[in-house]
Amino acid sequence: MRKRHTPKDRLITVALHVALAAGLFFAAFPIYWMLSSSFKSNTEIFALPPTILPKAFTLEAYAAILGDPVKLRFFFNSYFVAGAVTVLTVLIALLAAYGFSRFNFRGKGILNTIIISTQTIPPITLLIPFFGLVVSYGIFDTYVALILTYLVFTLPYAILLMTGYLNTLPRDLDEAVAVDGGSSWTALWRVIVPISLPGIVATSVYTFLLCWNEFLFALTLTKSTSMRTVPIGIQLLMGQHAFEWNQMMAMSVLGSLPLLLIYLVAQRYFLAGMTAGSVK
Amino acid sequence: MTQHKRSHHKLKRAVAPYLYLSPSLLIIGLLMLLPMVTVIGYSFQNSAVLRRDPSFAGLKHYQAIFNDPVFWASLWHTLYFTCMSVIFHMTIGMVFALMLNSDRINPTLRNILRVLYILPWLFTAVIIAVIWRLLLEPNGVVNSILMQIGIIGSKVEWFSSPATALHAVTFANIWAGYPLFMVSLLAGLQGIPKDFYEAADIDGAKAYQKLIFITIPQLMPIIISISLLDFIWTMQVFPLIWITTGGGPIYSTEVLSTYTYKLAFSSYNLSQASASAVVILLISLGLTLFYIRYQKAR
Repeated sequence: MRKRHTPKDRLITVALHVALAAGLFFAAFPIYWMLSSSFKSNTEIFALPPTILPKAFTLEAYAAILGDPVKLRFFFNSYFVAGAVTVLTVLIALLAAYGFSRFNFRGKGILNTIIISTQTIPPITLLIPFFGLVVSYGIFDTYVALILTYLVFTLPYAILLMTGYLNTLPRDLDEAVAVDGGSSWTALWRVIVPISLPGIVATSVYTFLLCWNEFLFALTLTKSTSMRTVPIGIQLLMGQHAFEWNQMMAMSVLGSLPLLLIYLVAQRYFLAGMTAGSVK
Repeated sequence: MTQHKRSHHKLKRAVAPYLYLSPSLLIIGLLMLLPMVTVIGYSFQNSAVLRRDPSFAGLKHYQAIFNDPVFWASLWHTLYFTCMSVIFHMTIGMVFALMLNSDRINPTLRNILRVLYILPWLFTAVIIAVIWRLLLEPNGVVNSILMQIGIIGSKVEWFSSPATALHAVTFANIWAGYPLFMVSLLAGLQGIPKDFYEAADIDGAKAYQKLIFITIPQLMPIIISISLLDFIWTMQVFPLIWITTGGGPIYSTEVLSTYTYKLAFSSYNLSQASASAVVILLISLGLTLFYIRYQKAR
């Protein structure tokens, strides 16, 4: 048994807590600084010495963002594209996962390997042919272009995630439907889908995050201001008003809200979505 | 009649998986595998994408890239950025996971800190880039604090001086990426059987001996697979560098992704950019094969 309360032991406990505090500063200070700067005026952001709490608390940066229809459009675009891709990805991945999980067929192993390896294909490699395709099909600068491209990046992992989940569900359930003369299609919708909600939520969270964060394709495949998403909007804001730091921070806070909310509400699914790629 | 029905059923059973998989295969085939072939094709053409009837270029574009000192500089920066990021992601993730796993802290504090330590993970690369630009502004808070403590004598232009820019973007990326390791290692730590440590206690093992002979070997599979994935993903980083430095000043933070992007969409040399994209693809595929082999061997 460990001897407690010896001086040496107490010293270790104190040192651990000091290290934890240092870690907390490292992890959280940059985020705290973003948040506090978003409530400051622009002159206060660079005040010397820096003010840790906003001295003159103001919502002017948020008012400037939320009162500007151009910026609201960025948010609409991000939500719309991420939402559409999430619905499509979950549907298509669910079908594929059902095929992988409940059937044995020729080429299963090879298809599985292909899907695993597509996860690591560098986006920049696909960017040039996508640009060529999108231009030649006349869908440059449209939602369709973004939705189709994002689908390619969300699908492989969503399939693996859903397959993993379906594999945990007992097979007797859908076999019972087969005994009653129901088709595999009936079994999927009547039996599997209703009990797959946790898997569907984890897949949706993962897909939504990926789309919400995407930058490279949104930058290249859209052009007009009305088609831009939030990450590009932040970059544009930086280019146009390089010194409006409070607005940039306010927009960053607003742009982080969906992820923060998802994390707070569905922490378990969030972590499942973010780490499952590494634990197969 | 029943036999006919049964064989019909069998046929359905045989065709069904392909039907369920067809939407996915169609999308992955048409929009992922085909474009990969296309980009390889582009890299052997003159004026790819821009002209309807491009002529065959042979290995010209590959030669152009391999003769370009900026390409080699980008490769070196990518390696530096990636290796440093992975090493520090692993170290910081490990230290945080071990600290959080210690039985010396109170469980409520542990839960709060676990949530707070994950924070950097919840932010988009673009937002991380903007935050670090604000922090590392010449008149910003980091310079101000460092000058007060006396670590630096005058304001440092972290992102706009060639001497510090690469270190600054690497630091920002280290900050952004350690939580993946932390979360995975924390899960791994909880999976190590308690009796291993009890047996070590009976033998009188010191804390560091338990770390070296029990904890780290037990976590090794997680460490290796996350390191490989992190390496592959970090190698592809684009927005963080694009927003903080854009590859500058004077190419000092140019990485393979920004180098390729500029070739394609600033110089409109899509053929040469394709050649560079194929090189990146080959590096990634090599690492991926290694990763899959490792996963299968496990």
